Parts: sequence; structure tokens; C-alpha cells
Amino acid sequence: MVSETDIEHIARLADIGITPEELAEFTSQFNAILEYFDILDRVQGAETPTPELSNVFREDEVRPSLPQESVLKNAGSTEDGYIKAPRVM
Amino acid sequence: MTVIVGLEVHVQLNTRTKLFCGCSTDYRDDEPNTHVCPVCLGLPGALPRINRTAVEYGLRVAKALDMDVLEESEFARKNYFYPDLPKGFQITQYDRPLAINGTIEIEDDAGREKEVRITRVHLEEDPGRLVHRGGGDRARYSLVDYNRSGIPLLEIVTEPDLRSPQEARRFLVKLRSILEYLGVFDGEREGALRVDANISLEGHDRVEVKNISSYRGVEKALTFEVTRQKNLIRRGVPIVRETRHFQEARGITTSSRGKEEEHDYRYFPEPDLRPLRVADWVAGIELPELPAARKNRFMEQYGISLIHARTLTGDVKVADFYEKVAHVDPLLAATWVADTLLGELNYRSMSIAKVPPDHFADLLSLIKQDVVTDRAAVQILRVMLDRCAAGEAPESPEAIMERLNLGKAAGGEFTAIVRAVIEAHPQAVEDYRSGKKGALNYLVGQVMKETRGRADPRELGRIVTEYIETSEV
Repeated sequence: MVSETDIEHIARLADIGITPEELAEFTSQFNAILEYFDILDRVQGAETPTPELSNVFREDEVRPSLPQESVLKNAGSTEDGYIKAPRVM
Repeated sequence: MTVIVGLEVHVQLNTRTKLFCGCSTDYRDDEPNTHVCPVCLGLPGALPRINRTAVEYGLRVAKALDMDVLEESEFARKNYFYPDLPKGFQITQYDRPLAINGTIEIEDDAGREKEVRITRVHLEEDPGRLVHRGGGDRARYSLVDYNRSGIPLLEIVTEPDLRSPQEARRFLVKLRSILEYLGVFDGEREGALRVDANISLEGHDRVEVKNISSYRGVEKALTFEVTRQKNLIRRGVPIVRETRHFQEARGITTSSRGKEEEHDYRYFPEPDLRPLRVADWVAGIELPELPAARKNRFMEQYGISLIHARTLTGDVKVADFYEKVAHVDPLLAATWVADTLLGELNYRSMSIAKVPPDHFADLLSLIKQDVVTDRAAVQILRVMLDRCAAGEAPESPEAIMERLNLGKAAGGEFTAIVRAVIEAHPQAVEDYRSGKKGALNYLVGQVMKETRGRADPRELGRIVTEYIETSEV
């Protein structure tokens, strides 16, 4: 069972603000999902097969990058080709 | 009080492309945000693909440090929010790194060989770069450049085996040397190496110092910490377990209180990447001759001293350069590269890669054939280096010698100078004749000045003596 404190913690880590109503709602939804997985865990003989695929590589060859104006298109604010962000140190 | 230090070293591997996409890693002189694509920009739906060469480079390091490569290793997501991280997570390796349990040999403060244990090496992507205009303290916002985002980093973690700031520095110098010999790293590139250091005094809590970005910085940051922690202990103040930032310009560390209160990265296996099963590649990796082996070979093959061999093999570029000029005369070349050239380069903050070896070999020939004095040779060398540093076309040492008239003075010109000096200093000549032998040095010095160092002082002493004793002046 997760508590409202857990949900507050998760919301903080995800950097999203939630209202008290949402807190209660999300807590019950989280628990419903976890219960569902509890049921799956109890199913006999349902071991997940290990996928055999490994070592998927690309060669070290340069591909074209995006033009700067496309890169900056999604940025809320820019300056001299940089993306402008709130000050962090 | 015993000092206990462990390091986490991040080095950029010098692959052509980033770790998970084909963007070029050659970004240093380019406009911001011009080496990015949907993958390293973290756009929705973009899928990472692992650069094979980055994995091979990591394995080369693992083999050179005698490590155990994991049968299966995997990438993981480290989740946190920071503007230098476009996806909101960094792809790194967590509980299944590339390799574990290695060693690097260094010298301790008493000059004895000691082993530093390497806990692990793992691959991860470099975050973007933040720029603060008007200085870090005053900037009101951060500017983000994602050109660096996704550059392959190898993180090398040591056990807490280092016992002083000086040892930590020697460790880094040795590590750099090995990485450059392996051809996986170029330490001359700005920001190619970054270090976090854990430091404690025995019996007290440890402190993590972040943001160290040079070899000298490590020694400086740790020296500051040792003093700070000793002072606190002396005053009975407990050491707080915390993260501190190194302020390179001021040479101090400052507490980054609370800024990283949430150390909850929620690591989980990266669902977009398959695991690595590369342990069986190791047998096929051919390691080049590493610094220690090359040092021994230099002593044996060229007959040079341990000190010279050590200096010449510390940097792979210097070692290669020496081998290109040693044919003139191995001992002479060792002295001139290790004792003179490296000092002149250091003074100019210049790389040996800019010096044409054939010209340097020609200069050695001039010295060997006694065509120039040591002093004149140094002058020629300085002209050569200044020209290379300025990006001008190189000029042969002979040409410089002739242009600046630095050839060893001889014959008529020489006698004329000696005569002129003796005639101009009758008092000194008299002093010498009345037994004050020191006066000879003065006269020789005057002749040296006139010839601008083109004369051999010992030979000159003989000639001046002869002249005084046979002439009537």
C-alpha cells in the first residue's frame, strides 16, 4: 500500500504540483494498480521469458545533426543559439 | 591524521560520434546546439543505439587495468531534473557496470610503488553544458548548449586507497597517461576530464567534492579540504557528511546545502537498450605498449637514465616524439627533449604535437656537430617554437642560425672581438696579471656578451688567457 506521503514524494521527484483532491485520487489509483500487479505476481507458471537479444550496436559513423533553428524551435526562450533556462548552479 | 581519498573520474572517450546517436563529438569550436539530433535532445519517440566503438574503448581500458568484464552488463536510467539533461534522466550504468576490480600502480609520497584499486568502470552519456553570462554568481539565468549532451563518458571509480592530495594528482596523471596510450582519450581537450573526490580524515565522516575539472584542481581542492577538516576537528566541530563544490578560481570548496536533498534517482534498467554481452571480446583486444613497459624499453634500448625515461614516457606524444629524434644521438636527444624542450613548451602552454620532429632532429645535429653552442641552440629552439605557436610556416634550425647569426663564432671575427674586449678593459687585464684570477671570468663574460652566446665559454677562457699572456696591451 502506498500512502499519501509516498505520492507527495513521487510528485516532488517528478516536479509536478498536485492539489489535495488529486492527492487522494492518485493515491487510490496507485493502490488499485499495485493490487492488479499483486494478482499477476500470484499467477503460477507465468515467468517472464528472458529475451535473448543483446549487443545491438551502431558503427561510429557521423550522421547529420539538426539545423540549429530546428533545435531551438521547441525552446520557450533562447539567446545567441543557447536555450535559456531558469538559473541553476 | 590519515587522509583517505577515493575518486570518481569521468573522461570523455574520443569516439567520432556520441554514445547513442550519430552526432559528431567534434563540437568545441562550433556554435551551440549544432551537434544535436532527436536522440541527444531527448525528443519523444527517439531511440538510442549504442556506439560499438565506445564499448570497445571501455573494454580496452578494462583490459589495461586488469579488470573483470561482466558477462552481462546493462544501461540504466538515472532520473533527476536539471536543465543540462534534456530527457529528465541520464543513461548510465548502475548495478551491472562494464567491468569491476582493477588496479593502477602509482608512487606514494615516499616514492614507493603502490597499487590503487579500481572498483569499477562504466559507460554513460555526458550531460549538456551550462553557461552563465556575467559570472556564475551574478547570472540571472542559465544558457544551455546540448552539443556535449550524449558524448560518451567512461566513469572510473577507485577504492579509498589514496592517502594525500599529491597522491590523488599522481593517480590522475598516471590514469591520463594510460588512457592516452590506449588511444581512447585526449586530455588536451577542454573539459575532457572531470573528477568528484571523496575525502575524509580517519575516524571522521566523509565529504564529497564535486566540480573538479583539472589535474591541478584535484590537488588544490583536496589540500583545501584537508586543512578545513583538520581545523574543524581541532575546534571540536564534527565533520558533516555533505556534498561540496570546488570553486576553481578561488581555490576553495563551498557547501551545496540542500541543493541535492533528494538523492532518489530511481534507477531502473533502460528499456530502450538491450544488455551488453562483451566479455569474450577482451581476449581479442591487443593492447599497445603501456607507459611502464615503454619506460623500461627506453632505458634498455637507448641507454638513458630512469629519470629521463620516466619523463619521456609519461605522455605518449612526448614518447613518440623522442623516438622520432633519438636517431641523432639518444642521450643528447633525451636531455634536450626532457630538460629543455618540455620546459619551453610548458612555458608557452604549447603541445609537442606542434613541433616538427625533423627540425628538432636537425637542431640536435647542429649541437652534436658542435656548430652551435648550447646557449645558441636554446635561442634557435625558442625562435622555432614561437613561430610554431604563432602558426607561421616552420623554419629550419640552419636557416634560423644563419638569419640571426647564431653559428659558433670562429676565426677572424672571434679574435677581433677578444682583442676589442681586452683593449676596452685594461683594468681587468691588469687585475688578472697581478694574480686576481676572477678577472678572467669578467673578461670572458664580456666576450660572451659581444658574441651573444655563440662561443663555448671554456674554449673562450683558454683563448682570452692566451691572448693576455702573449700580447703587450
